[in-house]
Amino acid sequence: MDPIILFFLLGLIAALLRSELRLPPAIYEFLSVLLLLTIGLKGGVELATQPMSTLLPQMVAVIVMGFVLPLLSFPLLLKLGRFKRADAASLAAHYGSVSVGTFAVAVAYLGHQQIEYESHMPLFVVLLEVPAIIVGIILAKGITRETNWKALAHETFLGKSIVLLLGGLLIGWAVGPSGVEPLSGLFFNTFKGVLALFLLEMGLITAQHVSSLRKYGIPLILFGLGLPLASACIGALLGNLLGLSVGGTTVLATLAASASYIAVPAAIRTAVPEANPALSLAASLGITFPFNVLVGIPLYHRLALQISGTPL
Amino acid sequence: MSDKKQPKLVVIITESVIETTLLTDLEVLGVKGFTISDVRGRGHRGTRAGEWGIDGNIRIEIVCGESLSDQILAFLEQKYYDNYAMITYCSDVSVIRPEKFLG
Repeated sequence: MDPIILFFLLGLIAALLRSELRLPPAIYEFLSVLLLLTIGLKGGVELATQPMSTLLPQMVAVIVMGFVLPLLSFPLLLKLGRFKRADAASLAAHYGSVSVGTFAVAVAYLGHQQIEYESHMPLFVVLLEVPAIIVGIILAKGITRETNWKALAHETFLGKSIVLLLGGLLIGWAVGPSGVEPLSGLFFNTFKGVLALFLLEMGLITAQHVSSLRKYGIPLILFGLGLPLASACIGALLGNLLGLSVGGTTVLATLAASASYIAVPAAIRTAVPEANPALSLAASLGITFPFNVLVGIPLYHRLALQISGTPL
Repeated sequence: MSDKKQPKLVVIITESVIETTLLTDLEVLGVKGFTISDVRGRGHRGTRAGEWGIDGNIRIEIVCGESLSDQILAFLEQKYYDNYAMITYCSDVSVIRPEKFLG
């Protein structure tokens, strides 16, 4: 097992046993800034080597997936899950968007297993972050004048994660491999260490949401496990269709399966105030994040192998 | 000192996620100055540990005249109380240079 997973378990268990352990908020902020920039830079360096003619169709397909995923899950959440309209839309947005933390764990998993993947994957993270937020808000409220789209666009497109990911991508793309070389001490060499600390904190946060799960009952737990599995299949199929490698297909399946817990909660909280934020976070942090990190990613890897026809 | 001359301290404790929207609203109401701090606490919407972005709380303190403080409280109750974790309270305060706040 990849040691970083053990750090996640350490945080989770420590918090469930009510340990006093907690990282200062500024440290958590710093770790996430480092992760986002590192992922952006890595992707940007590779982006320069890819011809636009292969990238563009992939980008369009990934954006379409970002719009389609919440549209598929919303009716299920509404009819099967019997969630209120606002909550169903909020959950659909959370699950349609992506979690950078989960992406980082998938990348570390592939590295640990020495599996190659297309290195422009961080671009897909950026592309998948926003569409689901837009769909979620429209599903909750319809297209009304009440929604302040200008303020919302500002918040979604200039949110911390998009700015850092996109900024890193552009810097990496502009300066190329030799340009980022002097930065590798802080950004690339420390990636696993930073990720380990980040996951320790994620374990602590997850535990808080696990304890609130009891309030929401079985349907939420079933959706928290079922939605990522269904979305992973769509992501894996798309990856295969786009001709991605097994590693790349695994990452795309993981991205489809992951649920946002930073960008979407903040945007939905302001745009759809009547949605219960604790419900969506209990699902995305209490169930889906730990599921993806502990079980999902290896499972999506097997799925990618199966779809590509590689013998297991 | 007449009642209208009594400076008030309005304190708003709410979710940090709505800070930007809230400050815009307060500015429109005519609030000229305020102090914000990051805080933690517990209420009927659960523990707000303030450990990371979405579950953080802020406390906004405003010193102003009575009519403005009434307006602020009424507005907040109408716009935010249904859907957001928010409490507000208001008290009389003694300040140096009261004319600065009663304008």
